[in-house]
Amino acid sequence: MSRAKEPSARTAPRRARTWRDYRGYLYVLPALAVYLTFAVLPALHTAYLSLFEWDGVTLGSWVGLGNYREVFADPALRGSVVNALVLIVFFAFLPILAGLAMTGLLARHRRRGMGVYRLLFMLPQVVPLVAVGVTWRWLYGDDGLINETLGGIGLGGWARAWLGDFDWALVAVGLVGTWVLSGLCMMLFLSGVQKIDPQLYEAARLDGAGPVREFVSVTLPQLRGELAVALTVTTVAALASFDIVYVTTGGGPGEETTVPGLLVYRLAFSDGKVGLASALGVLLSLLILVIVYIVNRLSRPETPERSLRPGSAVRSRS
Amino acid sequence: MNTASRAERWTGQALLAVLAIAVVIPFLSVFLASMQPSGEPVVGMSWPERWSLDNYRQAWTVAGFSELMRSSLLIAVGVVPASLVLAGLAGYALGTMRLPGGDGVAALFVAGLTIPVELIVVPLYFDLRGVGLTDSYLGVILVEIALFMPFGVFWMRTHFRTTPAALVEAARIDGASSWTILTRVLLPLARPSLTTLGVLVFMWSWNQFLLVLVLMQDAAKRTAPAGLGFFVGQNNTDVPMLAAGTILVMLPITIVYLLFQRSFVSGLLRGAFKG
Repeated sequence: MSRAKEPSARTAPRRARTWRDYRGYLYVLPALAVYLTFAVLPALHTAYLSLFEWDGVTLGSWVGLGNYREVFADPALRGSVVNALVLIVFFAFLPILAGLAMTGLLARHRRRGMGVYRLLFMLPQVVPLVAVGVTWRWLYGDDGLINETLGGIGLGGWARAWLGDFDWALVAVGLVGTWVLSGLCMMLFLSGVQKIDPQLYEAARLDGAGPVREFVSVTLPQLRGELAVALTVTTVAALASFDIVYVTTGGGPGEETTVPGLLVYRLAFSDGKVGLASALGVLLSLLILVIVYIVNRLSRPETPERSLRPGSAVRSRS
Repeated sequence: MNTASRAERWTGQALLAVLAIAVVIPFLSVFLASMQPSGEPVVGMSWPERWSLDNYRQAWTVAGFSELMRSSLLIAVGVVPASLVLAGLAGYALGTMRLPGGDGVAALFVAGLTIPVELIVVPLYFDLRGVGLTDSYLGVILVEIALFMPFGVFWMRTHFRTTPAALVEAARIDGASSWTILTRVLLPLARPSLTTLGVLVFMWSWNQFLLVLVLMQDAAKRTAPAGLGFFVGQNNTDVPMLAAGTILVMLPITIVYLLFQRSFVSGLLRGAFKG
């Protein structure tokens, strides 16, 4: 997923433009029209609504940035953002660590039967998160597998209603994300390792590098692109999480597991605070954009190849 | 180049097996619960004394999963072909033609890659209600097409950029119109990319939750995941029936996944994600 927008290398030198140049837009127009009408426009409308106090029924009143101030001031709203940031640990860091650990262990030799494992490990990523959530709700339940297992191995004292426990609910929800995303990260890294030039490993081995050294100085730097993809996908999944939280805890107990997505839904459609919900949605999207931008910036190779392209040079002069 | 020690290899193999079990157990647990005689209390991961399909029957008829699944399918069948056509056309133009401002338009699409549903769902409800597109399959279909369009255009543009420019050039010199070039020359080559995009869009459409929850207030028109989520929200405690519903919701997408595993894996490993 190279998100970098590469300037077209085929850019022609400047000349007068005719209608023929624009004819190609006929192909783009249908997609653009649907995208603008049903995604871009609503996004802008959200930004507009975020400046009003509006219950969805009567006339709204202009409050400027008041809703944004409220998001930062209100402990419940601020708490939901904090919860989403905590979820990054479970949705992003743990799966990536698990994926790297497995890659370190498996990368040094090909093995058979990987296809079946791959199919299995990516399955949680494919099925609806709602179904995943319902499944885990059952596993975490009073009579669920987790408590039964704890009882079975003599740790019955640990058994509890995990999703209703003030200390454990967020961790329990987070671990569902870990379960969903670990396989994806693992497969991402393992497929990335296949593309690494074997000579790099041979060179490292000739230098007497052990498995750890080899991993740190060859595998890790070469996996830069895959790491960026994994970090982007998992972080967005954490910040924009809704499905899992909605079906497992609904935000409870208290406000322990509320996430911004859940509050956007609740504020707009049960509490009649459309403007506040919109402001939260805008802030959430900005947070996602900033993080995605940082991740992609950091993962880009040092050489600024874009400016070396002949095409872009022509453009910047024009 | 096989220098891994025997111990290392065994550790790897054992870990793989453990992880595989960790993935399977939740699915197995919910499957076993779904096969229990309905209405009876279920505990942990007990083997059913009597295997029963009653819960599936009940979920299908009483809980209305037949209608939910039909809605899901209807929406997916509307979204997938339209997405492929629109994204294919746009990707073709943005990937192979020198459109003035084309890079800017492509960037506009790329900017939408990380739009969360949360950003658009609130005004969508009010705007679409105004024009009668809530509680409507068409409404959900249009929004989903728009929501998946950034990835579709990005994906197809990347595909068309990597097809040899000489191919297009040669056809152009032969006097082929841009439409002929697309349908006769490029489309046959684009089949793998289109297949991958198709299965990904199907998956996103099938799994979409928040959008449907908001735009479909009429419970009968909800999709399968939204219906399932709604049941749970009602504090339904009939575990075997819920388990059967969960399996039903997962089944179609799992079958598609198994049939098109190559496309799925290549798509997901190239960073495809949404919702």
